[in-house]
Amino acid sequence: MRVHVDSSKCQGHNRCYALAPELFDVDEYGNAFELNDGVVPVELEAKARLAANNCPEFAIIIED
Amino acid sequence: MTTVYGPVTDWATDFDHGDPEYNKNIHQIWETLKASGCPIAHTERYGGTWLPLTHEMVHEIAYDTDHFTSRNVVVGQLKPSQVEGAIPAPIGGAPPITSDPPFHAGARRLLLPAFSPKKIDPLRSKMEKMCNDLIDKMGDREHVDAALEYSQHIPVLIIAEMLGLPLEDADKFRGWVNLVLGNIGDERNEDRMAQFMEFDAYLHKHIADHVENPRDDLISFLLDSEMDGHKLLPEHVQGTVLLILIAGIDTTWSGIGSSLWHLATNAVDRRRLVENPEMIPQAVEEFLRAYAPVTMARLVREDVEFHGVQMKEEDWVLLPFPAANRDEAQFENADTVDIDREENRHAAFGLGIHRCIGSNLARLELNVAVETFLKRFPDFELNGSEEVTWSTGQVRGPRTLPFRVLSRS
Ligand code: HEM
Ligand code: SF4
Repeated sequence: MRVHVDSSKCQGHNRCYALAPELFDVDEYGNAFELNDGVVPVELEAKARLAANNCPEFAIIIED
Repeated sequence: MTTVYGPVTDWATDFDHGDPEYNKNIHQIWETLKASGCPIAHTERYGGTWLPLTHEMVHEIAYDTDHFTSRNVVVGQLKPSQVEGAIPAPIGGAPPITSDPPFHAGARRLLLPAFSPKKIDPLRSKMEKMCNDLIDKMGDREHVDAALEYSQHIPVLIIAEMLGLPLEDADKFRGWVNLVLGNIGDERNEDRMAQFMEFDAYLHKHIADHVENPRDDLISFLLDSEMDGHKLLPEHVQGTVLLILIAGIDTTWSGIGSSLWHLATNAVDRRRLVENPEMIPQAVEEFLRAYAPVTMARLVREDVEFHGVQMKEEDWVLLPFPAANRDEAQFENADTVDIDREENRHAAFGLGIHRCIGSNLARLELNVAVETFLKRFPDFELNGSEEVTWSTGQVRGPRTLPFRVLSRS
């Protein structure tokens, strides 16, 4: 699985960073980006989905 | 108290979000409006106002800054074109909330770093102390007011300190917040205008003092900031100071108050959070969804058809994020407050380019306030003999919370 933050949609609600700091970080403007090129280890797949399903702007894309 | 238009008799055709009944019975009123077959309600009040009630429509309007301007985000009797001396678009009176693209992005960008998670998280211990001090002050009384003695103080003290305004003026700030957000529709009232002038003079004085004596706070930061290679205009600095002061107080106070109201009236949730404090962050998100404090507004830029209705230039459009958060099409069992809800894409902090700049700060305040209250008062309930009162206007939350403390620690 891979995750990607669509920076044109992300408005910096920081839900992803709060729920899955192993997978996402935020810059000083609060905008999120994926860590490790977006590669999601198997044990973090549920967290990745949780983050994506909590993003108010529908900005997180998951590729299985 | 009613609005200048008098009490509402028919919510379906003549709603008024400024009528005290609105915030008190908000969920039934939305049901009535939706059941009348009209997902986008209309009233002639305030010179024509629309109220869309689905997540889809709220999302669409928030994103469509071409047709819907943020020139003024609080519905009133007067439209910006009728207000003498109003600061014109794209800056507006309180940038960036009253700004539209392209000006908006720059005005917002300069504020963001001060409110990023990494700047805000270190404030936690200060907030914990503040919450504990407020509870200490209650002594060992059985009857306390969790709104008047607790929730209303937390955001004011934090924001005044961040801006660099005297903490002793907290009562004044709350008065001015109520002036801007609470007494809607009565703009021609002379007493109200006099209070606005006093507020304006107060901000002016403190900003001038920061020009003379710069310090390490947000006002000095704004005075020092540049946009496109120029210092900010004085009206921009003052508008932003006003915005941060107003936006951070009533809203967070309401969020803390609604969360505590829920816990006072739901013994099971209260007990679960006392026993499992690690569940608090998820519960707070659910309280933000179900009791979202903030409804914003937009003005129609020019005549437009929207989902089958004809909107006219300068009509108001309310942007009820709280109703979007209760839309069944977006949230399963939307009307059930469920602290186990894991997937929660709520819009309490807005959608699109105006996403709340203070959301990281507000979330931390909410979490610390709920955590500390439950730690010190593991059991409490509403004191049934006194009434809970709710705010009026676009920010919704309890203004009094008479509680009976059942246990302390
Ligand atoms: C629970 C508390 C809060 C809630 C529910 C809330 C809600 C909102 C909402 C819905 C918006 C979007 C406005 C729009 O679309 O027109 C907004 C904007 C804003 N909020 Fe908050 N807010 C809260 C606390 C705070 C705090 C503590 C601050 C402190 C600085 C703050 C500062 C702002 C600012 C500056 C904007 C304007 C952003 C822009 O226009 O780009 N808010 N807030
Ligand atoms: S939750 Fe969505 S909008 Fe918020 S920071 Fe993450 S990607 Fe951006």
